[in-house]
Amino acid sequence: MENRELVCVACPLGCPITVTFDADGNVATVTGNTCKRGDAYARTEVTNPTRMLTTTVKVEGGKAYVVPVKSANPIPKGMMMDCMKVINEASIKAPVNIGDIVIENILGTGVDIVATNYAE
Amino acid sequence: MNHLKKKKKGVIMTYDVAVVGAGVVGGLIARELSRFNINVALLEKCNDVAMGTTKANSAIVHGGFDAQNGTLKAKLNVQGTLMMPEVCEKLSVPFKKNGSVVVAFSEKEMDHVKELYERGIKNGVPELSVIDRDELRRIEPNISDEAVGALLSESAGIVCPYELTIAAVENAVTNGVEFIRNCEVKAIEENADGYVLNTTAGDIAAKYIINAAGNFSDELAKMVGDDSIHLVPRKGEYYVLDKSVGNLAVHTIFQCPNEMGKGILVTPTVDGNLLIGPTALNIQDKEDITTTPEGLKEIVEKALKSVPIVSTRNAITSFAGVRAHPVNDDFIIGWCDKSANFLNVAGVESPGLSSAPAIALYVREILNEKLELTEKENYTDTREEPVRFRHMSDEERVELVKKNPAYGRIVCRCETITEGEIIDAIKAPAGARDVDGVKRRTRAGMGRCQGGFCGSKVVEILARELGVPMSDITKFGGDSKIIYERTK
Amino acid sequence: MLNYDLVVVGGGPAGMAAALKAKENGVESIIVLERAETLGGILEQCIHTGFGLHYFGEELSGPEYAGRFMKLLEDTDIVVKTDTMVLDVADGNVVTAVNKKDGLLKIQAKAVVLAMGCRERPRGALSIAGSRCSGIMTAGTAQKYVNIDGYMPGHEVVILGSGDIGLIMARRMTLEGAKVKMVCELMPYSGGLTRNIVQCLDDFGIPLKLSTTVIATHGKDRLEGVTIAKVDERLQPIPGTEEYVPCDTLMLSVGLIPENELSKNSGLDLDRITNGPKVDEYRETEHAGVFACGNVLQVHDLVDYVTEESQIAGLGAAKFIKGEKITGECVYTQGINGVRYIVPQRINRETDTDVKLYFRVGAVYNNAKIIVECDGNEILSKKKVKLCPGEMEYVTLKQSVISELPADAVINVRVEA
Repeated sequence: MENRELVCVACPLGCPITVTFDADGNVATVTGNTCKRGDAYARTEVTNPTRMLTTTVKVEGGKAYVVPVKSANPIPKGMMMDCMKVINEASIKAPVNIGDIVIENILGTGVDIVATNYAE
Repeated sequence: MNHLKKKKKGVIMTYDVAVVGAGVVGGLIARELSRFNINVALLEKCNDVAMGTTKANSAIVHGGFDAQNGTLKAKLNVQGTLMMPEVCEKLSVPFKKNGSVVVAFSEKEMDHVKELYERGIKNGVPELSVIDRDELRRIEPNISDEAVGALLSESAGIVCPYELTIAAVENAVTNGVEFIRNCEVKAIEENADGYVLNTTAGDIAAKYIINAAGNFSDELAKMVGDDSIHLVPRKGEYYVLDKSVGNLAVHTIFQCPNEMGKGILVTPTVDGNLLIGPTALNIQDKEDITTTPEGLKEIVEKALKSVPIVSTRNAITSFAGVRAHPVNDDFIIGWCDKSANFLNVAGVESPGLSSAPAIALYVREILNEKLELTEKENYTDTREEPVRFRHMSDEERVELVKKNPAYGRIVCRCETITEGEIIDAIKAPAGARDVDGVKRRTRAGMGRCQGGFCGSKVVEILARELGVPMSDITKFGGDSKIIYERTK
Repeated sequence: MLNYDLVVVGGGPAGMAAALKAKENGVESIIVLERAETLGGILEQCIHTGFGLHYFGEELSGPEYAGRFMKLLEDTDIVVKTDTMVLDVADGNVVTAVNKKDGLLKIQAKAVVLAMGCRERPRGALSIAGSRCSGIMTAGTAQKYVNIDGYMPGHEVVILGSGDIGLIMARRMTLEGAKVKMVCELMPYSGGLTRNIVQCLDDFGIPLKLSTTVIATHGKDRLEGVTIAKVDERLQPIPGTEEYVPCDTLMLSVGLIPENELSKNSGLDLDRITNGPKVDEYRETEHAGVFACGNVLQVHDLVDYVTEESQIAGLGAAKFIKGEKITGECVYTQGINGVRYIVPQRINRETDTDVKLYFRVGAVYNNAKIIVECDGNEILSKKKVKLCPGEMEYVTLKQSVISELPADAVINVRVEA
């Protein structure tokens, strides 16, 4: 497997990190980082990168047309656009409170999509 | 919106006079004609009035010393400038008689200034004098040390050209003129009764046509077989600077004129900003109102010659306009040779704004040769002053909000414009239909943030008042959409 | 005329934190005046996460961060008026405001906190040549259309400016189905956080073009394209590097300007670099009893720091109202050699607190030292592995050190590369 070059986002330093892999595709070495957090970031980023997803969802019967939502936890990076499709089809009835669950366990990720603002 | 329904293809509305072009010239002509017992339509190809040369020029009411003796330009400029204060007062449009100076930077230019003085006197310009370096510095403290003297024209002033047009058309519509927007004339048929104008808003019949189509007046004339109008589109670029530097110039400061026009000027505006420009470049595309890096650079370089402390650090926007320069260098006003009842009002470049009130009178006189004009009984020549929250005292504001709470909600923070004023602008006769229309009528979005905060609010109010979705609202009509479909 | 101990102008994160802190410290009557329909300020449209890591130790979205303070406010007797615009803060701390319900409000205050936030720099200030077509907007305006109104402001987007708002909008538009062609940045480095470059651009394959700017816009009605060009060291476009990029939307994220019209009209002098009022260690301006905090004072990159600064102002206002605030001989701060500015600009010698000096540097530095000096004597120094203009820094001056300094002394803060 080819090496992966990353820029660490754990702190503002932005260390350039190189990750190498062994024959089985497992992480062999992490170099370029200047702290443990960088090492951990690089390992997650090359094995199972995840991201918080934030967007909006349609509100039914409310004053606002949309209300902002987020994934309660990070979801696999590669699933962001698929999750968007599901969220764009969904809606929530007003009134909405912060923390209201809009979609449970989106696409089997085990992560809920929750409202992040009020909507009357 | 009612008139649009009536004007479906095949249905012909008949008017005595169709004025084509709702710029400052067409607008003031329509107002003048609204005084009489005739049916007048004002046709405009854009979504609002004042969308051509009128919206992008120097906003100057000239003394009248530039034009050669005996020209229409000279006669109508001097007369129009004299009329301007009263016209503005009646239409509740701010006019400021700030005076102008033509600055000489050498003794040779001083000779030119004296020549202009002589010409001005012959043209009948009042309050004209040649002043020396000291006097110039006294009345214009930020003027360059290089200046050696100037021509002072105290009758000159500043006015906002689109505000004047908006007010004139509003007044005209109040008096019964029909304003038809998005009505571009595509062809003109002549028949025994007069003309049928094929327009993008349907067919419109008129006994007389007044061609006030600005940069397009040559094309309109050609529709009746008149190819005598030769116009050169000439582009001018400008910078608008923040109000914090609006006092850098007291008078309108000109440099000595050349064959391309009056050169780069530095002037306060009636709203308190500073305007610098214009460049002068002959172009091919008469709709090319793009600013250019070269043009913007030229403005600054030349403005610095007059007022060395001008800086684009204070620029809030830049814009460009196209003026219709007539090859014969004079206004073309009169009956067309090729078609009996077609009246050209073409080639109205600078001093067109200054001359516009006089042009309206002149056109009326010409029209009166053929068409009997009797005065209406219920004609009003005044337009009520729009509410201007920002200019009011606390006491007036208390009363105003009591009367209508919409005046209690500030939409544009930079210019302190209320929701009530925006609603007024939309509901006014020939009112605003797009974001720029609201901006020109109220100043919402014209301040330092240039609509960053209030732009979306204005879109919302327009949509609500016009009963359409927000995505239907445009910046200035046509395809100038602000937003597209719903996100979801 | 209404009477309040404290009038807070602005109900964003700064205003809310200042009001709450003042309440905590015994101020009885407080009113918050907010021009928008809801509290929360710009956070309401910042629906991405990343807020609150310092202050709450959690990663919140903007509305969630604001929501926490709104909840706290609800549990107090602080009066909140939304949809209310302050028109004037006059001598003697008389505040004039207007809204639909109350009409014109005149409020006599003992103290005032200015917390009006900032605005985005518009196109006009940039002098980009071209047409006045639609489709050119600030990133913040676009953010409001997408996140609050639920409308697409465009389909093919070029973003000018790689500050965090620009980067966040690149991702936001992509998620909603738009094609973000590129983000152009005039400077040779991005003004945004590395995390945002990775997660907003790299994740979606959006190119970041450094040392590149937009020199012209094209299109008669709606934008049809832009011309971009590389710039030289003097940030001037390099002839021959022009490239036409078709797009229907140009989003500008080219800087924020503190919203100080009220401050200026009330006669306050603004710092030439921060564009905010000059303040002391409790954020009191040059007008007695008038405090300022948050983005109206200096543009912050983290809301957490806005909260922290506003609590200082709230505490200062409380001390002022109770007659406990120390005011007297001052020492003055000054950023030199790479340090662009310092907030606060002055410190009362007899102050009752340690004082953090906040600043920004003018360039990127690696392994540099921040040195604080007075009269040629080093007061303190702090090593920094990395300094960049995008991130606000601070050093802390001990109260004991400040009181040792002579009156009117100038404290210089500089970078040693």
